[in-house]
Amino acid sequence: MSQPHPNGHHPEPESYPALRARALESLLVEKGLVASDVIDAVVSTYESDIGPMNGAKVVARAWTEPEFRQQLLEDGTEAIAGMGFVGRQGAEIVVLENTPQVHNVVVCTLCSCYPWPVLGLPPTWYKSAAYRSRVVIEPRTVLREFGLDLAPSVEVRVWDSTAEVRYMVLPERPAGTEHLSEEELASLITRDCMIGVSQPLSPAAVSGVGR
Amino acid sequence: MTSPVSPEIGSMDGAAALPRSNGELVFEAPWEGRAFGLAVALNEQGMYQWREFQQLLVERIAEAEQADPSSTYYERWLAALERLLLERGVVTPDDLDQRTEEYRTGQRSDDWVPHDHDDHDHDHHHDGEHSN
Repeated sequence: MSQPHPNGHHPEPESYPALRARALESLLVEKGLVASDVIDAVVSTYESDIGPMNGAKVVARAWTEPEFRQQLLEDGTEAIAGMGFVGRQGAEIVVLENTPQVHNVVVCTLCSCYPWPVLGLPPTWYKSAAYRSRVVIEPRTVLREFGLDLAPSVEVRVWDSTAEVRYMVLPERPAGTEHLSEEELASLITRDCMIGVSQPLSPAAVSGVGR
Repeated sequence: MTSPVSPEIGSMDGAAALPRSNGELVFEAPWEGRAFGLAVALNEQGMYQWREFQQLLVERIAEAEQADPSSTYYERWLAALERLLLERGVVTPDDLDQRTEEYRTGQRSDDWVPHDHDDHDHDHHHDGEHSN
């Protein structure tokens, strides 16, 4: 704080790594090895494109395009790759359709295999020993703990992921969403509903959607 | 005109896995985003293979867990990137030290500094951090 900056730009001293990062970037820009706006673009791509939003886009499209839905259920890996979300070599993605009769839920009992190209990295609870063992033995109880109370008539299917096959749930489209655009639909789709531990949000729960 | 997200980068696991919240990347301070973007951009431009950087990152994390356990993920990331660029002779240690010092003293400034310049915690102990 004791050193005033010539242009008054930074009121607080920057941390050492912050200074070091600036120095490195500035040297590389000066040498013409990278442009600052390229770095901006990289950061924004990675901030917005990795994570559950990819999965939400896949589900929203399946809700609005019957042909894509069909394709997705027949060959998830291929349909998802067609949207530009490409997985690590060898990992197949299988999409499980929820219906009024069947509810699917995904686990990896051995470790934490997860369809990361569509869902990002797994949440901590997904990796926990408790979830991994209990969801197989008492799925309805575990789902109730997540706030999902299923009617006794609904069959619960638990799917165990492996290094070769990763599962993603295609939830049912909520009622009262007929008028929503694909983008608005995507905002209703959470990571948890694609793992199968919750339902999509209702349009009323998302402010601004469909108004 | 940027490349899409690289599966190789997004899927790093174990100690090298990118810090995330609900699947999305988390940067605790703006510089962390710059350091991330810089390493990825240089890789996209073909300066190195991602696995070369990842290898150095993993090594750096292992070292730091012993020698400097309070250091953060992106401090280790930045150290790995520095090491790679120094090894390749892309930058020299003297240039880097001098440029850092110029920024520290305010001799040099530029305009990428984010506007929301919050007071991030300064509780890491690095030589040269203390300016007064």
